[in-house]
Amino acid sequence: MIQYLIRRLLWAVALLVTVTAIGFALFYLVPSDPAKQACGRACTPQMVARVAHYLGTDRPLYVQYAKFLGRLMPFSFTGGPHFKTPSLGRSFFAQEDVNTIIGQAAPITFSLVIGAVILWMLVALPVGILSALRPRSLLDRTTMFGVLVGVSMHPVWLGLLLLYFLSDRYQIFPIGNYAGLFHATSYGQPVGFVQWCYYLALPWFTLAVLFMAIYVRMIRANVMEVMNEDYVRTARAKGASESRVLRVHILRNALLPVVTMLGMDIGLALGGAVFTENIYSLKGLGFETIQATVNLDTPVILGVIVFATTMIIIFNLLVDVVYAWIDPRIRLA
Amino acid sequence: MALLEVIDLKTHFRTGDGVVKAVDGVNFKVESGQTLGIVGESGSGKSVTCLTIMGLNAKRNTISSGQALFKGEDLLKAKGDRLRQIRGNDIAMIFQDPMTSLNPVYTIGKQLAEAVLLHNDVSKSQARARALELLKEVGIPRAETRIDDYPHQFSGGMRQRVMIAMALLNNPDLLIADEPTTALDVTMQAQILNLIAKLQKDYGSAVIMITHDLGVVAEIADDVIVMYAAEVAEQAPVDRIFNNPQHPYTWGLMGSLPRLNADVERLVQIEGQPPSLLHPPRGCRFHPRCAYAMAVCRTDDPALAAVPGEPNHLQACHLDQATKDRVSAELLGTFAGKATA
Repeated sequence: MIQYLIRRLLWAVALLVTVTAIGFALFYLVPSDPAKQACGRACTPQMVARVAHYLGTDRPLYVQYAKFLGRLMPFSFTGGPHFKTPSLGRSFFAQEDVNTIIGQAAPITFSLVIGAVILWMLVALPVGILSALRPRSLLDRTTMFGVLVGVSMHPVWLGLLLLYFLSDRYQIFPIGNYAGLFHATSYGQPVGFVQWCYYLALPWFTLAVLFMAIYVRMIRANVMEVMNEDYVRTARAKGASESRVLRVHILRNALLPVVTMLGMDIGLALGGAVFTENIYSLKGLGFETIQATVNLDTPVILGVIVFATTMIIIFNLLVDVVYAWIDPRIRLA
Repeated sequence: MALLEVIDLKTHFRTGDGVVKAVDGVNFKVESGQTLGIVGESGSGKSVTCLTIMGLNAKRNTISSGQALFKGEDLLKAKGDRLRQIRGNDIAMIFQDPMTSLNPVYTIGKQLAEAVLLHNDVSKSQARARALELLKEVGIPRAETRIDDYPHQFSGGMRQRVMIAMALLNNPDLLIADEPTTALDVTMQAQILNLIAKLQKDYGSAVIMITHDLGVVAEIADDVIVMYAAEVAEQAPVDRIFNNPQHPYTWGLMGSLPRLNADVERLVQIEGQPPSLLHPPRGCRFHPRCAYAMAVCRTDDPALAAVPGEPNHLQACHLDQATKDRVSAELLGTFAGKATA
């Protein structure tokens, strides 16, 4: 197991380096000068040159990349070898460390994703299982129709609709923005668990709908497949009750692929649920990414890429471990 | 009173294409400690008969009628709870494909213990001890360590033994074995059959052995039912089936057995294919493939009738007795020593 983890960690590092290298390269292939962008319209070429020097964009690409990696490492050799916190650089625009920007944005994205995950699993699991147990019944057909609708609703469209009806017209929910869970992340923000849920209710629902639909379909398909397996018949032949057959024999086998997908989806969503964050003005990672892209704020974008990649890697690793725990056939890593 | 008495059992499945009459009027009795062999081609209704008795068919779109009297109790009318009490306890079933019949995510020890715990109020360690006992009896080497292994760590033959152990944990009165050796090689088949026969003697259970292999039937059955197209073609004690077969289908089955003492180029086969159970042939269901078919066979489905002088030997065929006796004798001649009493 340890060997397996070490191997995975090494792969993770290789992946991170590759992804950031590509990200870096892509950025510099964009026909726009970040220094010029940062400086603004009223800048003379000399001023742009000074900005470029300050930002470091006048150095060759590989030098910039090497410096980027150097900042990212948790250790440093300047002035003797020592440990340091990895830094993602400094934003070209906001006079802030990227670490800070991400540190403020990440909890918001986390809140959004975790709530949405719980919501969609709470709905998808029972609905998917019930539909599988009663194929082609009224429940099943209604569910499949619901799935089609859910999958077709773009988060932006749904979000706008919900905002208009529930927030604007009938004023049941707030119009976007975020409430801190433990402390306010910006001035004048409401704080506390209830407020947090209240502000996130619509965003959770909007993000969850799409995944709910996909997962209901997937869970239904998996359960239906496992239901027809021989070992389920063996369990019944032993005298197990239907509820036991479902709980003990069917679910564990049917949910294996769901675990995999869930891990990947969470990892991905943590990289920035862009549409939802934008509609509800939640200043999470997706929001920051869009801003940074518009401003050509390379360090922030790269910072988000590194963060998202790390999240995906961590979650994939978690998924592998959980999978090996659930399915004994996988354990010979 | 017979241990199991099946009366006019019918099972029909509603499908998109119509009603498939998988079992269409089967009658038989199984006495305590006896072995009944059910023989037939794929699709003849052998498995569905036994699944219906156990109540293991899918509930939707399945219509069963008739009676399956187990110690006088009609299983077809039994409620879910009662059926669950009986399954795995009084009547146990083992299935055809050992590779897929065990849940891959639990150890076999857990799955065996589950069979015990479902029907007995004992502790987990007691259940495990009982499982270990049975594993040793069915011949799993190093059972103490193997009990915590997963199904994928066993070979096919071993898995089938585990299934047999699972079936016998609660000393069932009746063991239904649905083609237990079809998926295994011949040497394993011999071992498994011997195992079943031995355990049957030790535990005194009755056995219903479903197979398409007459050799298996000759080996262990006391009584035989030959099924064709959802109906019974012939049923008799085993020595009568082999010494005096009276139905053209049985002749066909016996005739197609390879002979070791003859030098033949091609195996004899029964012409044609088993019929569709959606629209079975009118009249006798075997008539399209029968070498002896007459006009009446096309219109009247023959009822089971006793062979003169053998009240336990039933057959469903319109042929006159003289022809039947003649063909039966001819067939025996070609066996020369194969049929034993």
